[in-house]
Amino acid sequence: MQTPVNYLARKHWKQTGTIALIGSIYLLSSWILKFDGLTGIVAIPKAFSWLGINFKPTANSIHFLPTIWQKLIGTVLLAIASTVVASFIAIFVALIGAKATGGNALVQTVVRGIASFFRNIPLVAWAMILLFSFKQSDFTGFLALLLMSVGYLIRAFMEIIEDEASETMLALKATGASYFQVIFQAVLPQIMPSLISWILYMIENNVRDATLVGILTGTGIGFVFDIYYKSFRFDAAGMTVLSIIVVVIVLEVLSNQIRKVIL
Amino acid sequence: MLEVKHLEKSYQKDKPALTDISFSVEPGTFVAIIGPSGAGKTTILRSLNQLIKDDGGQILLDGGDLRTANKTQLRNYRRQIGMVFQNYNLVERLTVIENVLHGRLGYKSTLAGMFGRYTNEEKQEAMTLLQKVGLEDFALQRCSELSGGQKQRVGIARSLIQHPKVILCDEPIASLDPASSQTVMQLLKDLTTEFNIICIANLHQIGLAKDYADRIIGIRQGKMVFNEESDALSEKILETLYDQNVTEELN
Ligand SMILES: Nc1ncnc2c1ncn2[C@@H]1O[C@H](COP(=O)(O)OP(=O)(O)OP(=O)(O)O)[C@@H](O)[C@H]1O
Ligand SMILES: [Mg+2]
Repeated sequence: MQTPVNYLARKHWKQTGTIALIGSIYLLSSWILKFDGLTGIVAIPKAFSWLGINFKPTANSIHFLPTIWQKLIGTVLLAIASTVVASFIAIFVALIGAKATGGNALVQTVVRGIASFFRNIPLVAWAMILLFSFKQSDFTGFLALLLMSVGYLIRAFMEIIEDEASETMLALKATGASYFQVIFQAVLPQIMPSLISWILYMIENNVRDATLVGILTGTGIGFVFDIYYKSFRFDAAGMTVLSIIVVVIVLEVLSNQIRKVIL
Repeated sequence: MLEVKHLEKSYQKDKPALTDISFSVEPGTFVAIIGPSGAGKTTILRSLNQLIKDDGGQILLDGGDLRTANKTQLRNYRRQIGMVFQNYNLVERLTVIENVLHGRLGYKSTLAGMFGRYTNEEKQEAMTLLQKVGLEDFALQRCSELSGGQKQRVGIARSLIQHPKVILCDEPIASLDPASSQTVMQLLKDLTTEFNIICIANLHQIGLAKDYADRIIGIRQGKMVFNEESDALSEKILETLYDQNVTEELN
């Protein structure tokens, strides 16, 4: 019989068991990979001090700054452009796919499937695939970021519509409003803050990812970093990383500020 | 006049949510529907404006059947039926007056409605109605900044600007404190008389139902077990309706 006492006792044993299980999975996998966690951890301070010495920008690195910032701004704009286009596509698709606003169960499943497909192919894989058709260009990076963002945003927007708009939709439907009136007067105004919040998050994310994609597509700030790194100009590479960090932090502060105002 | 005849609905096979619901209501009448949780009150109310597709029967508004209406006809019926919700269902981001004006959408062309182009008369009327519900000073405030009782009054103004023949209220006061509940119930009762409309409200507060409604309909397990003037509601009937003693609630 299930009494509260033996229910709690069983729950306690389950928790202990789960922790033990996770521990043994870690030990087993380190043994298979011949991976020594402890040596790794011990090496961390040394690795960082090496980084600190070699990647430290010097007074000499200053004259790389114009090139770095020019490319960096280009990369940020690329990330913004891809996110904005992705958002427009995603909101239309999400309206079609969401249960409250969209088609039948089949349409929903298809839209979910498409979103999941675009989302689950890693960004690097998208970039490699697109390189075949579009060569090393900004457009390749733009498209790779766009496709992945579309996947994420469709999914997010569909959930937002379900959670935040279903009830108001019902109220407007009951007044005799037509489909497009309901979408424009109830759904879009209602979900706008969450929508913008997600778009800002996606822009932040895409600025970071654009750097990575740039290494592959030979464009933007990623390319600059790659060149400096491979030609052993570590101080310039360090300067590039520092600039990226500054931009990412500034963007994050900025978008948090925007969120505060709109929410 | 609103006539409901032999309304049937089941969400799952062999598990009827409504069986043979029939009643009719004259304009100027305030009806309360009471009954235990899961009895089918929401199902009745939402069938009346066809937010739920029922399975059989007739719903006649001044003689025309909503159930057999095509899309355009249904839109015409819906704009004559206001609806007030437990959770208000306003567009919280928009201002009070914009939410009230939403009640006009059913009368507007799709494009004018999509972009919120309302006529001056409509705006004037929205202000008059806000005055009626005591919110004229809040017209340009965002709905998210209002209290529950104020939101519900915006919801009522939104339904009134539809020039409704019927207002349906699904537990309009379930989220409100006693004082706001009284205000909202009194408002609904007064409006019913003033505009000579039909008001049907699902209620869990039997005391308030007796105080404010002209007529009470009792629902139990999808069947109508009571349909008379509020004064005729006895403790005996309440006991059969709720199966146990709810008499305390009355006091
Ligand atoms: N979407 C649905 N799918 C399946 N069954 C449903 C659905 N909606 C309601 N039901 C069932 O129909 C019956 C009537 O539900 P309804 O919501 O009309 O009750 P209610 O009288 O409004 O209850 P409450 O007082 O709790 O709001 C319940 O047994 C409920 O479980
Ligand atoms: Mg209900």
